Amino acid sequence: MSSRDLVLGRIRRALADVPLTEEPADVHVPRDYLSTHAPADATEMLAEHLADYRALVHRTDAAGLPGLVADLLAARGAQTVVVPPGLPPEWLAAADAARVADAAETTARELDAVDSVVTGCALAIAETGTIVLDGSPDQGRRRITLVPDHHICVVRVPEQVVDSVPQALPRLAPARPLTWISGPSATSDIELSRVEGVHGPRTLEVVLLRG
Amino acid sequence: MSGTYLGMPAFPEAAATATANGRLRANLTHATHTIRDKRAAAVGELTDWAALRAAGAAVKDRTLRHLDHYLTQAEEAVTAAGGTVHWAADAREANRIVTRLVRETGEREVVKVKSMATQEIGLNAALAGAGVRAYETDLAELIVQLGDDLPSHILVPAIHRNRQEIREIFTERMADWGRPAPVGLSDRPGELAEAARLHLREKFLRAKVGISGANFLVAETGTLVVVESEGNGRMCVTLPETLISVVGIEKVVPTWRDLEVYLQLLPRSSTAERMNPYTSTWTGTTDSDGPRAFHLVLLDNGRTDALADTVGRQALRCIRCSACLNVCPVYERAGGHAYGSAYPGPIGAILTPQLRGTTSEVDASLPYASSLCGACYEVCPVAIDIPEVLVHLRERVVQGGPATVRGQRTRLKPAKGHAAERAAMRAARWALDRPGVLRAGQRVAARTRRLHPGRLPGPGRAWTDTREVPAVPAESFRDWWRRTGGREDR
Repeated sequence: MSSRDLVLGRIRRALADVPLTEEPADVHVPRDYLSTHAPADATEMLAEHLADYRALVHRTDAAGLPGLVADLLAARGAQTVVVPPGLPPEWLAAADAARVADAAETTARELDAVDSVVTGCALAIAETGTIVLDGSPDQGRRRITLVPDHHICVVRVPEQVVDSVPQALPRLAPARPLTWISGPSATSDIELSRVEGVHGPRTLEVVLLRG
Repeated sequence: MSGTYLGMPAFPEAAATATANGRLRANLTHATHTIRDKRAAAVGELTDWAALRAAGAAVKDRTLRHLDHYLTQAEEAVTAAGGTVHWAADAREANRIVTRLVRETGEREVVKVKSMATQEIGLNAALAGAGVRAYETDLAELIVQLGDDLPSHILVPAIHRNRQEIREIFTERMADWGRPAPVGLSDRPGELAEAARLHLREKFLRAKVGISGANFLVAETGTLVVVESEGNGRMCVTLPETLISVVGIEKVVPTWRDLEVYLQLLPRSSTAERMNPYTSTWTGTTDSDGPRAFHLVLLDNGRTDALADTVGRQALRCIRCSACLNVCPVYERAGGHAYGSAYPGPIGAILTPQLRGTTSEVDASLPYASSLCGACYEVCPVAIDIPEVLVHLRERVVQGGPATVRGQRTRLKPAKGHAAERAAMRAARWALDRPGVLRAGQRVAARTRRLHPGRLPGPGRAWTDTREVPAVPAESFRDWWRRTGGREDR
């Protein structure tokens, strides 16, 4: 007997108390929790909650974005920046840092030598202070937002902001690899106190781009 | 890691040693009290917490009652997305499968995301036996691995270590495993985290094989979810060419939508955050992004035995948040090592005896590692009635009875150590059924009360090690009632 059959057989014997006619949907799941806790202003809450977990939040409009991104990179002293293939070219129009393409053949070690990365996002969640990346062309492969130590993420507000986790999931495609980011890398492993900065980007800057 | 839980003493002996360790107790008290208040605040933010908790329990109950259905659905979805699914009936088989998969890559080292399942099966030791070095990359797991130690907490395996001890371990041991600790390392948490970053960086960048567990496995889509804080999880599931995930069969949830419940319940219960810094989800493999090969190892290892117990089954709802550890007065004093398994605290006290059975001394002692105060049940985000299961398992230990062990229905013999307790209970039942006997007995006890010893002799001695023998009143309640009719003034 294969282990698959063995385990499934054990499960069926273990569930002898479940009537044969019972369907999964017959087990009632009460869903009377809230689909949103109804923030008065989702974008404001997003900014506040991102800042709570030490993300740096900036606000601008389309005209101000290239200058802001250029300033943020310059302030870090970034010489190089990874650029996802579908990033709107104007976002980096004013930046001096040398562009590094997000290419399949780029190794992790090469990425480790890059200073910064600039991306868009799939959406952002106000209640939890989260940005979600789904690998779309303006976000690129997962590793480009992981290995460099400085991540600038542009969120189009208010259209990319949802209130809550229940509002976020239906807008995300499970087949795509997702990365949910809530502040920079952190740990609570030393005496259960939170400190920022371990393996992921230690500086996360979120730009709220008003359309 | 060379530490092992095998041959651990029963809970009372291990706890007695641990409670005598002043530093351990101070570390645990500090850490658990820090997180308690924060958790309460994070949970308090959500007005619908009770409804989320009820949904979290119900989704898991639905899954468990139809586990065969959801597992085969998950298997199909993972396979369709380019993954390979393996089934492991027990720890040995899971270790064999993972070892074979690593060998097939030709690699001699792997990077690991913190995973309870791989801790439970002792994967690192099995890999070491096959000449493969497994690097733990979670900060706390790294502290445990470098310190040649055992995890003592589900979320923060090195909770028993304070910052000075961590500094010492890093300074002394990092060089044996790769990049040494920076010279002049202080015990500031930020500096310690930086030392871990530097030490592990080179391992991430060259890793070809990653090993993870999963917090959730979505049946309808075949999606795996790993919830973490540091980014070591992202490194391990993204950078290597091959990813192997060892996942307990109870980790499956039916739908993508169900994550809306758990991604609210878990972070707030666990680290008291609105959301943990990083959550990664992946479905099979993705072209030119992340690993080219993905293997899912579905692990039973006693879970179906727990499933067969209609009272104990609820322990399989557990999402490993560790809130029950942080509020437990017994855990706070005894520490995690006393529980003798990868799963310490209240949840370990009900999970371990179900996964491993109650035949060993330590496992039979675990259902007693509790004062039944109920704080664990109150904070459990999936409403596991831990005290109910504890009492149920105590009954099983004392009286024996039907149980499923490694898939086989069997009748457990009563545990040996409890013969006196059983005899006393039988005698009590006999006397309580016979009012005349009870009255006569009570009168004898009352008249001889000045002669009663402070400690019981013979088999009762152990009971009075930690308790006073109750004083027998001069007159029994029944005699007093008969004499006075219940009037206080007589």
